[in-house]
Amino acid sequence: MNVTLRVWRQPGPSAAGKFVEYQARDISAEMSFLEMLDVVNEELTAKGEQPIAFDHDCREGICGMCGLMISGVAHGPMKATTTCQLHMRSFTDGDTITVEPWRASAFPVLRDLCVDRSSLDRIVQAGGYVSVSTGNAPDGNAIPIAKPDADAAMDAAACIGCGACVAACPNGSASLFTAAKISHLGYLPQGQPERYRRALKMVAQMDLEHFGGCTLFGECQAACPKEISIDTIARMNRDYLYGSVFEREESRSAGGAG
Amino acid sequence: MPATDGARASVSRVRRFWNSSVGKKVVMAVTGIIGIGFVLGHMAGNLQMFKGTGAAQAMHDYAVLLRKTGGLLWLIRGVLLGAIALHVTAALQLSARNRAARPVGYGAKKDQVSTLASRTMRVGGIVLLAFIVFHIADMTFGIGVPGFVHLDPYNNLRNGFTRWWTVVFYVVAMASLGLHLFHGAWASLRTLGARRPSAAPLHRNIAVALAIITALGFAAVPIGAAMGLFTDDTPVTDESQTVSTLTGGVR
Repeated sequence: MNVTLRVWRQPGPSAAGKFVEYQARDISAEMSFLEMLDVVNEELTAKGEQPIAFDHDCREGICGMCGLMISGVAHGPMKATTTCQLHMRSFTDGDTITVEPWRASAFPVLRDLCVDRSSLDRIVQAGGYVSVSTGNAPDGNAIPIAKPDADAAMDAAACIGCGACVAACPNGSASLFTAAKISHLGYLPQGQPERYRRALKMVAQMDLEHFGGCTLFGECQAACPKEISIDTIARMNRDYLYGSVFEREESRSAGGAG
Repeated sequence: MPATDGARASVSRVRRFWNSSVGKKVVMAVTGIIGIGFVLGHMAGNLQMFKGTGAAQAMHDYAVLLRKTGGLLWLIRGVLLGAIALHVTAALQLSARNRAARPVGYGAKKDQVSTLASRTMRVGGIVLLAFIVFHIADMTFGIGVPGFVHLDPYNNLRNGFTRWWTVVFYVVAMASLGLHLFHGAWASLRTLGARRPSAAPLHRNIAVALAIITALGFAAVPIGAAMGLFTDDTPVTDESQTVSTLTGGVR
């Protein structure tokens, strides 16, 4: 099959970018979207042009590196699918496909389709940890965890941090990402000591990174390749609200025997 | 000095809350729910227009009753004005942040699941704010209403809605109220941390009911006036003298 690509090309972070058209010829319907881009890049390299820069790593939908806005939809038209797991059979011969990087002030474009998502890492650094007692490894199942809690924590932990929620949100909000990270620890007994402080810190970092706010459009949930529910955002709000009222100030709770 | 420390901590706590995106949304949710409560009460009062004979007197007595509460009426007005001020301030600040969060837009962007109501919250909010200002000037102060008589809402409505463009404006504003409440009623509960109202737009039963009831209940009055349904010509017994003395002539 043959498709026309309109690809965002931008030589560097501060350089001006523009859409450039490429023809992808003799593409197999069995190829993944990234393999199709590989074919186009082979051609570009052979012609002596700069290949299209795009992020990717595992190519099996679990690492969260790849992520492209494909004709206006984060990760393309397939539900619950990352860009690397999207296959060309989802398109028809002769299609024109627009390919863009995630757009958010917190995700500056590095080059072409690559963006810097380290703002998400900083949100996790702000509170995505649990206190662990030193000493011997605890016995397995020493801490009972109710099945519904374990399931909810695992569902939230499925987040691969790809940033599709931010890309799809009309407000450029990272609420779904932050809420997933808050929930996956907050559902478990090990996550309880820092539960409310975690929500306060991670939300504060999310605002600091200049992400937008949540308006409950629901676009993030539809874009999420791991189908994380906006129920987690309600939970984040609940923890934030509780923490705002009852959590002691950081300066007072810090310190201790160390 | 533990007391001063405590006071400073709670000030910084309130500031931290107001400065955060979640905190501002919580303020919008709470003030929005106050607004929903007001809107339902206001609509119930309005529906006395449809009483037929005696409606004019009922509306007059209702207006007088509100003013007899004296301080309570002003307390409610104060709470409502404060709620509007907070709601609008938070909305403006959050919208500015949201715009700044995506300085470069997409060449192509397709909305997948967001409802029309959610996408028109901002523009609908502006329509409603304009409506509130117009409505108070129109039906409270009587600016531009032919033959406006203070505390005679029945005839003021009849006379006011002889101008076709006010009927159109009121109906448009009430349609945007319905849309605003459909998203707002649901989203405010979610913002406050509730998980119960379904994420599926048509399963938000309370939000759907609220939107339809308020939009239709309010729009019924201008539409009824335009259709000439309000035919109660009984003159109202004038109690405005006593009311003026009660409220010191304040409306």
